[in-house]
Amino acid sequence: MLSFTLRRVLSAVLVLFAISIAVFLIFFATPGVDPAARIAGRSASPATLAHVRAAFGLNRPIFIRYLLMMDHLFIKRDLTSYVNVGLKVVPQVLKAAPVTLALVSGAAVIWLVVGVLGGIVAAANRGKFIDPLVMFIGIAAVSVPAYWLGEVVNLITQSRLHSSLFWWVPSGGYVPFTQNPWQWALHLLFPWLTLAALYAGIYARVLRAELVNAMNEDYVRTARAKGLSERRILMKHALRCSLVSIVSLFGLDFGALIGGAALLTEVVFGLQGVGMLTYTSLQNLDLPVIMACVLYGSFFVVLANAVVDILYAFLDPRVRVA
Amino acid sequence: MGEVVPSAVDNTTAAIAPATARGPESPWRSSLRQLRRNKASMAALGVLIFVTLICLCAPLYANDWAHVNAFSSNISGRIFLNGHWRSVIQANSSGYGESPIGPTWHISNYFLGADSQGRDVFARLLYGGRDSLLIGTASALICVFFATISGLAAGYFGGVIDWIVSRLLDITWAFPVYLLAISLSVILVTSGFSVGPIHVQAGSLLLPIIIIALIYVPYVARPLRGIVMTLKEREFIQAAIGSGASDWRILRKEILPNVAPSIIVFFPLMVAFNMLTESALSFLGVGVQPPNASWGTIINDGLELLYTRPWVAMAPGLMIVITAGALNLLGDGFRDAFDPKAKLRGSI
Repeated sequence: MLSFTLRRVLSAVLVLFAISIAVFLIFFATPGVDPAARIAGRSASPATLAHVRAAFGLNRPIFIRYLLMMDHLFIKRDLTSYVNVGLKVVPQVLKAAPVTLALVSGAAVIWLVVGVLGGIVAAANRGKFIDPLVMFIGIAAVSVPAYWLGEVVNLITQSRLHSSLFWWVPSGGYVPFTQNPWQWALHLLFPWLTLAALYAGIYARVLRAELVNAMNEDYVRTARAKGLSERRILMKHALRCSLVSIVSLFGLDFGALIGGAALLTEVVFGLQGVGMLTYTSLQNLDLPVIMACVLYGSFFVVLANAVVDILYAFLDPRVRVA
Repeated sequence: MGEVVPSAVDNTTAAIAPATARGPESPWRSSLRQLRRNKASMAALGVLIFVTLICLCAPLYANDWAHVNAFSSNISGRIFLNGHWRSVIQANSSGYGESPIGPTWHISNYFLGADSQGRDVFARLLYGGRDSLLIGTASALICVFFATISGLAAGYFGGVIDWIVSRLLDITWAFPVYLLAISLSVILVTSGFSVGPIHVQAGSLLLPIIIIALIYVPYVARPLRGIVMTLKEREFIQAAIGSGASDWRILRKEILPNVAPSIIVFFPLMVAFNMLTESALSFLGVGVQPPNASWGTIINDGLELLYTRPWVAMAPGLMIVITAGALNLLGDGFRDAFDPKAKLRGSI
């Protein structure tokens, strides 16, 4: 187990290194694109361009340029935005992170509960009308663009039914938990539900498929032969086994969302998280910020992948050898 | 058992393929028959064909029926409606600011109203659908093409090739999908790029197509690699190797037909994913660039009108939901028919 963990951590570090090179190549070495002009932003003065060229060593060998970028990002941490002059990028990302974390964790609780319940209910009612109904809702949830769903929610709660049913819904934004826990939850309620819809749909569909497969396994037949009730077989035997795939799915999705996939939900609801930071810098073509957000995001995805693999090896010893 | 008693379906197909001695039905044919019996999938297919057809008719609708130009602004335009002439952009009743005309529900006359530049939303919806469908399908084709090549090469040859391909896939996989697409788009979309003889202009539809195709390659290539690795240990492949067949022949004649069902199952889901990704990128302003329109860009246009003229943003979103939903339903049907055990990571 220890050697597996070590190997996995080492490979995660290598992947992170490779990603940093890939990001560097995308931003600094795309053929036919002048990186200085991109980083300095639209209509930059010649002085700014010259400053960018010097700061990122754009006339020096390519590996020095890479080292300079890493230096600005991780060691000196003095990467500055050229659009909002003087704005330090790394502290911005760190300041936005808690908002994203709050959004994603709350949504995760909702989608896990709803998704797992939906999957169980559908699998337990195979052949009745409730199974196709749950699966149809699942398909609908998977097919809705998250940002558009957010707009529909805004349209209903902020405009059409705001004066009657949804008078209590605040108009977007974020309130820190430490400041007012009740307002914190109230501001995040609809973003949570919007973000959770897609994943609840996915998890319900995946879990149902796993459960249906598991119900044909030998150990379930044994349990039936012992005379256990179908309900007990489903909940105690099939579910335990099927949840393993949900665990691994969850690790990946959680990492991806923290790493930036919640971007669209944050934009629609005006939450100042990392995704929103990426979005505003996209609008201004503020490349240093985008670069930092992308690297930060991939860090979480790689971390989540590693944690999931290690957990998996812990649950299933066969994986450790491979 | 089944070969002696031809069913009703077999009678109809017998006329098409009379040469075969009534052996067991080929797996392809039985899968297709099963797919045809799946009512939900057939309904989904019908919806898809309908959506594609009406979107293809966009120029016909705009030029010959509604007589509008969906791409040039029409701020001072006027339309004749219920016996009155009305401006496309009207002053608000408060006397402050102005808003575009709302849905008229007359199919030939600003059916869904106008956007803030006075353009016919319904005509734009049809034109946007063409680009959304084109990008979704084309990028899925490119993605599946590259994924098949890399998955087959890595799984079959193993060794150094496998190591290189797998590491490349790992790196792409580790990028958050949207962030990778955003980084590539923000660099390329506004300036285009040129590598050797290939020149792609800024704003070209090719850019979102290629970017979306590349970011999803690992999601298809990784499972394919696994399938090929297990296939390679099977007796019939070993027999082919033993009888001296070339690698190319084994890949083409033995392996490819056996991974084809998995590829087919992936395809509609990839189209749905890619459409959703395209709409998200366009919504963020780094996907389809004006003057082109897609459902994502129209939703973006409608954002500022959300509370006053909600249909501008609602209609393209509904089209995405309907199309992606139909593709997902069809994907489910494909899986039941072609490869019931296929495991799909149903997430992006």
